[in-house]
Amino acid sequence: MSLQPAAHCVQVRIRQGQRDVAGEQVQALAHDLGLDTGSVRVSRLYALNLPISIDELTTIAPIALADGIVEAASIDTVTAQGACHVLIGRQAGVTDDEGRTAQQVLATALDRQHGWPDTQHVFAQRLYDIQNPLTEEQLVRLGTALGNRLVDRIAYGTGVHVQVWAPLVVAEPTHALRHIDLNIGDLALMELSRANCWHLNLVELKAIRSHFAAMAAQRVTSGLASQPTECEMEILAQTWSEHCKHKEFNADIDFFHNGTSRPVHSLFKTFIRGATEVIRDKYQQIGQDWMLTVFSDNAGVVELDADHLFVLKVETHNSPSALDPVGGAMTGVLGNNRDAFGTGKGGARLLFNTNVLCFGPQDYAKPLLSGQLHPARIARGVVHGVEQAGNKSGVPTVNGAIVFDERFSGKPLVFCGTGAIMPRHYPNGPSWQKDIAVGDHIVVIGGRVGRDGIHGATFSSGTLDDKVSSSVVQIGSPFVQKMASDFMTEACALGLVSGCTDNGAGGLSSSVGELAQATGGAAIELAQVPLKYMGLQPWEILLSESQERMTLAVRPADLGELLQLARRREVEATAIGMFNQSGELHATYAGESIARLSLNFLHNGVPQKHMLAEWTDRAPLPVGPLSLDLGATLLALLARPNICSREAVIRQYDHEVKGKTVVKPLMGRSGLAPQDAAVVRAGFTGWHGVAVSSALCPKFGDLDPYAMACGAFDEAIRALVAVGVRLPLLGEQPSWSACDNFCVPNSAYDPVHNPDGKQKLGKLVRMCEALYDMSTFFDVPMTSGKDSMKNDFVADGVQISVPPTVLFTLVARMPDVRTAVTSEFKYVGDQVFLVGATYDELGGSELLTMLSQTGGAVPAVRKEQAKQSYLRLMAAHAERLVVSAHDCSDGGLAVALAECCIGGEFGAAIDVAPLGGQASLPALVFGESHSRIVVSVRASDAPRFAELLDDSATLLGQVTADLTLCIHFETELKCALSVADLTAAWRQEVL
Amino acid sequence: MVRVLVLCGYGFNCEEETAAGYRLAGAEPTVAHTADWFDGLVQLADFEILHFPGGFSFGDDLGSGQVFANRLKNGRFANGGRVWDAILAFLGAGGHIIGICNGFQILVRAGLVPNLAGIYAQEVALAPNGSGKFEDRWVRCQATGLGVGLFGEREFDLPVRHGEGRLEFADPQVRDLAQERGLVVLTYLDADGGPAVQYPANPNGADLAAAALLSADGQVFGMMPHPEAYLTFINHPDWGGRQRRGEVVEVADTGVGLFCAWVAAAAGKAAAKAAA
Repeated sequence: MSLQPAAHCVQVRIRQGQRDVAGEQVQALAHDLGLDTGSVRVSRLYALNLPISIDELTTIAPIALADGIVEAASIDTVTAQGACHVLIGRQAGVTDDEGRTAQQVLATALDRQHGWPDTQHVFAQRLYDIQNPLTEEQLVRLGTALGNRLVDRIAYGTGVHVQVWAPLVVAEPTHALRHIDLNIGDLALMELSRANCWHLNLVELKAIRSHFAAMAAQRVTSGLASQPTECEMEILAQTWSEHCKHKEFNADIDFFHNGTSRPVHSLFKTFIRGATEVIRDKYQQIGQDWMLTVFSDNAGVVELDADHLFVLKVETHNSPSALDPVGGAMTGVLGNNRDAFGTGKGGARLLFNTNVLCFGPQDYAKPLLSGQLHPARIARGVVHGVEQAGNKSGVPTVNGAIVFDERFSGKPLVFCGTGAIMPRHYPNGPSWQKDIAVGDHIVVIGGRVGRDGIHGATFSSGTLDDKVSSSVVQIGSPFVQKMASDFMTEACALGLVSGCTDNGAGGLSSSVGELAQATGGAAIELAQVPLKYMGLQPWEILLSESQERMTLAVRPADLGELLQLARRREVEATAIGMFNQSGELHATYAGESIARLSLNFLHNGVPQKHMLAEWTDRAPLPVGPLSLDLGATLLALLARPNICSREAVIRQYDHEVKGKTVVKPLMGRSGLAPQDAAVVRAGFTGWHGVAVSSALCPKFGDLDPYAMACGAFDEAIRALVAVGVRLPLLGEQPSWSACDNFCVPNSAYDPVHNPDGKQKLGKLVRMCEALYDMSTFFDVPMTSGKDSMKNDFVADGVQISVPPTVLFTLVARMPDVRTAVTSEFKYVGDQVFLVGATYDELGGSELLTMLSQTGGAVPAVRKEQAKQSYLRLMAAHAERLVVSAHDCSDGGLAVALAECCIGGEFGAAIDVAPLGGQASLPALVFGESHSRIVVSVRASDAPRFAELLDDSATLLGQVTADLTLCIHFETELKCALSVADLTAAWRQEVL
Repeated sequence: MVRVLVLCGYGFNCEEETAAGYRLAGAEPTVAHTADWFDGLVQLADFEILHFPGGFSFGDDLGSGQVFANRLKNGRFANGGRVWDAILAFLGAGGHIIGICNGFQILVRAGLVPNLAGIYAQEVALAPNGSGKFEDRWVRCQATGLGVGLFGEREFDLPVRHGEGRLEFADPQVRDLAQERGLVVLTYLDADGGPAVQYPANPNGADLAAAALLSADGQVFGMMPHPEAYLTFINHPDWGGRQRRGEVVEVADTGVGLFCAWVAAAAGKAAAKAAA
């Protein structure tokens, strides 16, 4: 990679007298960094290396590249007016949508669409023109806050003249086929794996060596060397990576629980797929078969109605978001979207996104380790990335959560979820089933291939350290992907696609390798693959994870029509090979074989992993005496980062594009009321739709991982029950779909490097057992999921590991979305009930964390009791008795009540004494016992509600007009807070 | 029946709900990929309304609506004809053009609205929000100027969802003239019922609290808020509260009311044209 002077450049600046909002933001950011910049003006720069005359550019650039009113464009002389400046552009080869679009618009304006090269020769940059002089150190501080060296080139200067460069990818010498000698000693083998970023262990390396030894004669007969090629090793490394193969979730585990040994043969098969199979069998026995695709494709598919299917997938994108928060989060959202529209034959229409984020504290004050970004910077960047990706894709982000914990300061967790709807039938058969035949063409569509995203699968399967190269990070292009997804929907509806998958981890090697299993083989010619720039090695073309690409299977008879449609839609589509039954994945470059691997070995050859796990349940420690001012405590809790309003983030996400969102993240008269679940209409005919919730509570995991996972599952269920969903019941026609996402620290025991690995894995086993127990008890099937196993950040000899975390995302059909119930209080005099029982369970609560106290019993899910409450609440919903319903989670009952008041702009008079003597007053008010929902009902309906709920609900008081939340214990007033004070405490700028 | 061409593709993303809005307004929408229009598979002559929906056309990388406006002004159909000529012919034949959010940004950049000078030069800008960020929030708008005739004396709750909606006039003359002619047809309202100056009632810092503009000839209309996201009472953030309070929401007060108004205007023009 290098730089060259730009042949031409265009500077687009805000006209004098016009407000420069971007400049104001930079000034504010600099102020936060302790820098006095004075005014900052931001210009857009375009460096051009195109055959274009200065006259043409002078005529066209102001019209094509600048706004006619607030901006002005100048050509070839880029100047700064302040004392110093920062210039930021993309590193060579990094996605630069803006530059690409500028090139396109210039071509249109000059009628040169066909005359210019189809690779990128216009590059966008930003000039930050700073009024006051800054020292070099200060400039660098500002520059590194504005750009990210991993993906950006950051330059500094003083004075008027600004030197503009164009990033240039330098072509490497023509490729030479390299072979890898595996017949070396163990240490040398391990060093080979490390040096090449393969992340293969010795057992795996030896398995590969044996395989190639066994195949030697056959390979030589077909003209190949007996040793594997570099490319073949790369394919194996990516396909066998933890990210792709889930070796640890499929490992044989010796689990010692409370001193007793219990073998587990694959967590995934035993607890996750196992649970779903139990549920599916139950329904199949009564002739219902609504779980169409579970764990066998990119996303889970269930029946939504007679003509439509619902597709669900949630992914994480943690490591990339730690390094390049904006790009990492964007790629997370877009990649997960591709899974949804790359399921079955493809073409599902995206209905909604969810977004759950775990960050370190925003006021993190420890010194940053090498390569570690500050949690506040990560958080801002991730939110911006989610905003860019979701909004520009036209997919509403309807539900989510943000959790703060110091242990997320190294690697954040970025969970991206997507729901989509596809027609049940396409002209060429059922939409959810791939139907790939021998002779089908392999067609790649979407973005081009570059060197961005080499080794992503292996990289994310390892611990993050300070030695990463920019090539592991990809930046998504929402626009290219939007074009591709629109095209997929259209092409699939026409029946032109027999199967598809997205290109994510491992690139073409994974996508073609996976699809090839349908016919038993595939052959591709890599010289056909469209490239962003010349000079890629064939193995890089095969392995690159450049984004926005789909791999399609297309019948020979349909190829012409598909390619023509792609041309008309300006989506690049290229046939690169064919599916066959050779038993091999065969890749050539200009006719030369560079990889020829047995599909069976590729997919089934990875050696079984053996692991050790250990967990001993702990009895809760007592909680010290708590003497609380309830009012002051409630205000303090409301302002806590884990509890306060998420409005500042939520409003940046478009949560109602498509016009189908009925319960949005913020509702009520005040527009502030946080909702537990989102409800989205399926379409504009009929009133059916889906409700979606997500829940996680890693804070309980330190005390009891089993209770933690049960709690998360329960929270996701109770959010749906609160909004008015019916639990899945045999005999009814349910449509539920759930996704589990595990994110854990390195749990592979090593006496030196990971001495508590057994305990970490023990926690994971307990979490999986909880999933099984809850899933099968409530008949809520997991239909897809993902595990992320190495969420550790290591630098300068320090390791920051995430707490074991599991996110459950639940979706259920609602026959009539107009029956949905929102969380906020709605009318004076409505009676307030608490559904569910409260126990003395302060363990892990936000209250004790705030008070820096430990101990206490962790909230347990009593699932039989919970189910009974939910069934009774469902009966009340069915009679339309429920006016508002809000689940109790962080901060307990008092916080839930406060949110109901804030959202509805009402007060409430509450007495907690009727909740009984099982819990202390702090536990009654702030404890986080599960399975509880605050409900309000019309006074006239209260008797009927009480009758239906029986002992599952307790009358607490009523909604009042006086805009004060009063909490009594019997006759004693324990706290009285105005809604204005509650709102002020709660409306923090969370990020 | 009023026939509407709703464009999609190239990063537009509100075509589905826009078409649903037209159906509810009694019009006949056709959603077509912009490329199909450029390829000549659909013709403007077959429609009374051309609608540019919301979204992020071409990713809005060079400023919202910039690239699409360039395609309108400089682009060509597959048969070599200029797209801009077709737009002018459509307006000349009495056609109406509507743009919402990104569509409005396109119309503004292409000089189609307000077009006071009649030469299709850009006269207003939709600049980055004063808040510096994209925001999704509900605002209250009031029909003002010629909007009163068009939409009735009504107020509308509607969501805005944009990062660039701060309306700025090219110069004081344009501002005065637009005001004088009543072309600011929707105005953001504050809690006291006056034109909103302060954020967030004025969500982007728009001059004159302008949420929508009509062209001088009345045939081109653009607005930042999204009426197509408020097609039923359950799209409103407080629908649950309104239901509990027993409030009945008239269809005319939802986004559908706005669709009905401009469909009626287009129908009137079409009828007048036919009579002439």
